[in-house]
Amino acid sequence: MSRIAACFARLSGAKALIPFITAGDPSPGLTVELMHGLVDGGADIIELGVPFSDPMADGPVIQKASERALAHGVGLKDVLAMVAEFRQHNADTPVVLMGYLNPVFSMGYAEFARAAAEAGVDGVLTVDCPPQEAGELSAALKASALDPVFLIAPTTTDARVAEIAAHASGYVYYVSLNGVTGAGHLDIDAVAGKIAALRHHIRLPIGVGFGIRDAETARALSAAADAIIVGSRLVQEIEAATEQTAKEQLTRLVASLKAAIR
Amino acid sequence: MDHYDLPDAAGHFGLHGGVYVAETLMAALDELQTEYARAKADPAFWEEYHYELAHYVGRPSPVYHARRWSEALGGAQIWLKREDLNHTGAHKINNAIGQALLARRMGKKRVIAETGAGQHGVATATVAARYGMECVVYMGAEDIKRQASNVFRMKLLGATVVPVESGSKTLKDALNEAMRDWVTNVDSTFYILGTAAGPHPYPMLVRDFVSVIGNEAKVQMPEAIGRQPDVVVACVGGGSNAIGMFYPYIPLEGVRLVGVEAGGDGVETGRHAAPLSAGRVGVLHGFKSYLMQDANGQIIETHSVSAGLDYPGVGPEHSYLKDIGRAEYTAITDDEALAAFHDCCHLEGIIPALESSHALAWAAKAAPDMDKDQVILVNLSGRGDKDINTVAGLVGMTL
Repeated sequence: MSRIAACFARLSGAKALIPFITAGDPSPGLTVELMHGLVDGGADIIELGVPFSDPMADGPVIQKASERALAHGVGLKDVLAMVAEFRQHNADTPVVLMGYLNPVFSMGYAEFARAAAEAGVDGVLTVDCPPQEAGELSAALKASALDPVFLIAPTTTDARVAEIAAHASGYVYYVSLNGVTGAGHLDIDAVAGKIAALRHHIRLPIGVGFGIRDAETARALSAAADAIIVGSRLVQEIEAATEQTAKEQLTRLVASLKAAIR
Repeated sequence: MDHYDLPDAAGHFGLHGGVYVAETLMAALDELQTEYARAKADPAFWEEYHYELAHYVGRPSPVYHARRWSEALGGAQIWLKREDLNHTGAHKINNAIGQALLARRMGKKRVIAETGAGQHGVATATVAARYGMECVVYMGAEDIKRQASNVFRMKLLGATVVPVESGSKTLKDALNEAMRDWVTNVDSTFYILGTAAGPHPYPMLVRDFVSVIGNEAKVQMPEAIGRQPDVVVACVGGGSNAIGMFYPYIPLEGVRLVGVEAGGDGVETGRHAAPLSAGRVGVLHGFKSYLMQDANGQIIETHSVSAGLDYPGVGPEHSYLKDIGRAEYTAITDDEALAAFHDCCHLEGIIPALESSHALAWAAKAAPDMDKDQVILVNLSGRGDKDINTVAGLVGMTL
């Protein structure tokens, strides 16, 4: 069983919290420590952002995190090294890389999949690679026992949901609004209704993210979803902290979110 | 080339093109594809498009024999396809009208666009005023500084110009921001993309609209000289004016197709915008194609005297034409382009756009080695009035 499947099995119906941070933000040396800080606060799975020069689907908060990481020269290989270092002290918490296709394409799908698996990565979400273009990448990921994670949007048709379900493993990521990461106009009832409808097509756990900014929203959505994904809010916390306080502040914030969905 | 029928149903030109976008945009792209297929098969749509081109843009644009310049070069005859004479001063209006008519057909009341030098922004603001649509144009903060007159022109036409402060603050970042707007306002908004790039179906539909250039030339050249030209040449940034000129000529294998990229300080210096000459295949802005990128797959900054060519990618059909060898691609430096700019002013009384000056420079370089009865047709994609501040600055003048 993959680490992600094992994680959901362990939760046995309890809701998972999936925090997101960008690798290399605010500095490469701090990322592994922050990952442990997320786990200390109760993170069930970590989504680790791979910085990219042109993050088309991200709002300003994660764009800036990407720019900070790139200013330190953080590339995909550095991100894999961070995961490997994290794994030295954590064997259980799944790590999902989230980013854009070009750095992965540039490395080569097969080489990337082998290196990612070796580093201890569990899943990969390439935002700009929808299932109809993902055949080769998904095959490479699956050959290395990595889970391809896909997005589903409010505008995704039933036919596409079925196609995504056929390609995805680990979990699927339901995008709670038409917009970019960190936007803020969530209609909780509509999201809950859509997630319920998705269950007709999807047996995998369903995570929900984009625009979840507080414990209240996390709690409300956790009634419908299997996992709550929080990104921009955490990145803002890192932005506001100093390098000395970032870990402690993240742990505290994650703990409050985790308590809300319990 | 009897059976050139690309892209395929999924938007691929060989290994290039495709639909590499977040799931949030898939429904909008599917809708656009469906609606464009309907429009394409609807004679009334094309009738209106061509009516607008004739009466609003002033088409057909003439082909013109640059006789004095040709004589001075002492070789092949240079002919110019005069897209600089279009309303708004460049070829961009051909595409903007087509997409605006499509937007109206789809009931969208708001249009958005990205722009680099401001030419596509002006074209979009123009058609939005013409058809009564709300218009928002995204433009890199750096480009806004460099192109103040086009920014004012867009505002005069009623558009809102939004400065983009992220990334390198240039065209590629404006495109990112336009995509983010589209994701957020997907129900009300039509994205008028400015070049033959982006996710399918954009490269195809932009090509279809701008192909009016090559289709006209294919009729005009035999009327003018009794045959087709030996070489057709166009500058390539995103590649829309070039594909508009090349596409109708693809089946005519006797016609050599040359695309000219921005060589900046020289391709060997790394400071250029020539992905077909010196890039690697990658994925950006929704499509696969040759790209300017570093070893980590990060997109790198481009350099060109011409803001309109300052883009790290290139339309996927050009990458395919390169791969199959049907078109050849080369680069012209800033200095070479500027020399051609001045020659065209002095010898022909035409101030060309700095973008088009790259194609002119290639012709001026190639002509002397060719016979006097050979013909090079250059797509003069736009006029250079917008560039006079840049050129003045290069000779140490402030206007």
